[in-house]
Amino acid sequence: MKNWWKSGTPWIWLTGGAVTISMIMVFGLILLILVRGFGTFWPHAIVETSYSLPGKESERVVGVLRRSESLAAGVIREAGIPLPEGQVVVTRHLIKAGNRDVTGRDFQYFLDDFLGEWHYPREMVMLERREWGDFFGMPLRLLEQGQVVVDGEGLWPEFQQRLKRSNSLFDEIRRIERGAIGNINFAMERVRLDRRRAELRGTLNAAVEADLQARMERLNADYAVLEQRLNSLYAEARRDSIVLRAASGQEITVRLADIVNAWQPNNMSIPAKLGTYVVNFFDFIFGYPREANTEGGIFPAIFGTVTMVLVMSIIVTPFGVLAAIYLREYARQGPLLKAIRISVYNLAGVPSIVFGVFGLGFFIYFLGGGIDRMFYPEALPAPTFGTPGLFWASLTLALLTLPVVIVSTEEGLARIPSTIRQGSLALGATKGETLWKVVVPLATPAMMTGLILAIARAAGEVAPLMLVGVVKLAPTLPIDSNFPFIHLERKIMHLGFHIYDVGFQSPHAEAAEQLVYATALILVLLIVMLNLTAITIRNRLREKYKSDSD
Amino acid sequence: MDTMMNSPSQANAPEGKHAHLFDRSTHEKLDLSKEDIALEVRDLNLYYGDARALNNISMKIPAKRVTAFIGPSGCGKSTLLRCFNRMNDLVDSCRIEGELLLEGQNIYERGVDVAELRRRIGMVFQKPNPFPKSIYENVAYGLRLQGVKSKRVLDEVVERSLRGAALWDEVKDRLHENAFGLSGGQQQRLVIARAIAIEPEVILLDEPASALDPISTLKIEELINELKDQYTIVIVTHNMQQAARVSDYTAFMYVGDLIEYGDTDTLFTNPLKKKTEDYITGRYG
Repeated sequence: MKNWWKSGTPWIWLTGGAVTISMIMVFGLILLILVRGFGTFWPHAIVETSYSLPGKESERVVGVLRRSESLAAGVIREAGIPLPEGQVVVTRHLIKAGNRDVTGRDFQYFLDDFLGEWHYPREMVMLERREWGDFFGMPLRLLEQGQVVVDGEGLWPEFQQRLKRSNSLFDEIRRIERGAIGNINFAMERVRLDRRRAELRGTLNAAVEADLQARMERLNADYAVLEQRLNSLYAEARRDSIVLRAASGQEITVRLADIVNAWQPNNMSIPAKLGTYVVNFFDFIFGYPREANTEGGIFPAIFGTVTMVLVMSIIVTPFGVLAAIYLREYARQGPLLKAIRISVYNLAGVPSIVFGVFGLGFFIYFLGGGIDRMFYPEALPAPTFGTPGLFWASLTLALLTLPVVIVSTEEGLARIPSTIRQGSLALGATKGETLWKVVVPLATPAMMTGLILAIARAAGEVAPLMLVGVVKLAPTLPIDSNFPFIHLERKIMHLGFHIYDVGFQSPHAEAAEQLVYATALILVLLIVMLNLTAITIRNRLREKYKSDSD
Repeated sequence: MDTMMNSPSQANAPEGKHAHLFDRSTHEKLDLSKEDIALEVRDLNLYYGDARALNNISMKIPAKRVTAFIGPSGCGKSTLLRCFNRMNDLVDSCRIEGELLLEGQNIYERGVDVAELRRRIGMVFQKPNPFPKSIYENVAYGLRLQGVKSKRVLDEVVERSLRGAALWDEVKDRLHENAFGLSGGQQQRLVIARAIAIEPEVILLDEPASALDPISTLKIEELINELKDQYTIVIVTHNMQQAARVSDYTAFMYVGDLIEYGDTDTLFTNPLKKKTEDYITGRYG
């Protein structure tokens, strides 16, 4: 035993164990997110059964099994539900029954003991609606302008075709609303601001006024045309509807215009389900959120996150690199430099919410307010830059990640062999020439390392963003077709904040749960992708500048 | 060790061309009156902080000859070499007294353009230190610094320099590949090509072959022999055979002192000083 201790074997076990536990935790986390996240998009089978609690009327249950769990029987008995003597464990199922508008609640627990036999009717339909969540029911009739078109046989194919039509109409409506009308609104706001600017400068005369008036009239005319087109499209879209029988037996009429997607999961083969799965996944990534973010896609959040990270990279890289070059190459080594270094390093340890407060107080209210007074007086009192937005969020994160970039760049500069610098100096290069032609290119891989760490940190940050520019729902993307194309002052959506919002601020906790995992999965994938891109670039640079010392 | 050290001196008998110039009392009697003088060191003292690393060095380096500095590690031979192109300026704590004349002008005077000085006095280091660029760009680096942009001029100089460094035939087909792909010996010759591309007057070689294998060493030595027709060469080496093989004059240094400076043949066969003799016969070092 003594020899065993002496041999150092315990140390191997101890250190190896630490690695093992870390790996298990990391892989467990990733696995959980993968399973739950990817599970979201699978078209699960719809079950139909009956539920009869003793002393209560039997009810029909239609829905998708979300999960099953075991409970101590005592807990159920205390709730006043009689269970056979001697039973210790009860199984209960959480079933998503949808039809929130009919029943008022879409998730419900059912005790296994009182459930009837489970059927999977092949005709059962699941509708993904634009409002009120999912709907489960048995399709009965297809209506056009209130008149029955198909009844029974051949209903489903006809329905699919008409749904496609109504969805393409909806896409058209969406395109007009978001695109053309959005642009007109943007231009109208421009006209208003131009008038106000002219007023402030005292250059508002009859000619200017007439010109503005003419512009406004042109826009109004354009708008009238679009509005007419929209109205006719809406009327077109409202043509068809479908009648379904809900679990309660009620007949419910749903307009096709309100339906995003429809499936008969019990009637689908595995390949068909896989196809649906892929479609759902892409809808999630490229779709816009609906119903207070609890349904639909997360495209604006992905877009906002990526834009913010990119803008942050553009800000933080030059600043960090230049600061590091000064600290390492030019600054005189001494107590002052030491103090500066320690401050920079400690900046990385400041809680991120503090950066958020600083960003709000200094960047937004002070700098942004100043910018508004100087350059956007016509928009006041509505703030342009004096309010949280993309640029301030990026700037705050740049500040937050600055130490990482500085430290990595400094380390990279320090690692460059002095012989290479001397080689350049010996050829008659000045210090500056040596630095920019030889040293800095060699240090680019280290700079990329810093940037990779910065991106990973920034993309996952939430707390400071809530203060400086990220919102629950942004009406517009930060990049669009209106000049100047990148709107740094706009508010953005962000995946990290989206997770928080969906998970904790949503009225439908059960419905949100899956979205939380799915969004988390996308966030992780996005960070992995951003990092892989940066790592690829770094490896290219390394290959290009590889030296004997590596 | 003994036999190895002695072999070159036996090969070059004392009736070498400068042997008659010596009397046994001091190295300063070395007669360089027939040589052009490229560099002159006058009463040079060098301090690292408070520690004196070079003591009162005075010597003349003849032009278009190879002068070797030998001595045990830490004797100051590299430090002295680095004084010639002011590389010691890079060391913060380094302080220099005395004069170092290049064509009669003190290079440590105020207002001397160090970059310009280094263009006139090139240097090759112990470890090959090519830049992380292509072979072509390595050689063209010095010219580009001087603002040469013409492709024709650059091509010409690159070829001439690589030929001058006996590397052209080996690399002419891969001029635009990374210089790190070359072997150590090739890299060192590339660095020499890089140095001669800007046509310096003096080339300082700081143990140029110590990191190389014997065949590469041989090539470098042959190269030195060819280069001395055009350039003044000062070489630091801890390999006495090498000093004997390549140099015309040799200076032996010991703990910051210039002990003996003389004609290479004489110094190796008939040293004036006991310390020199001890060193070249391998009694220390």
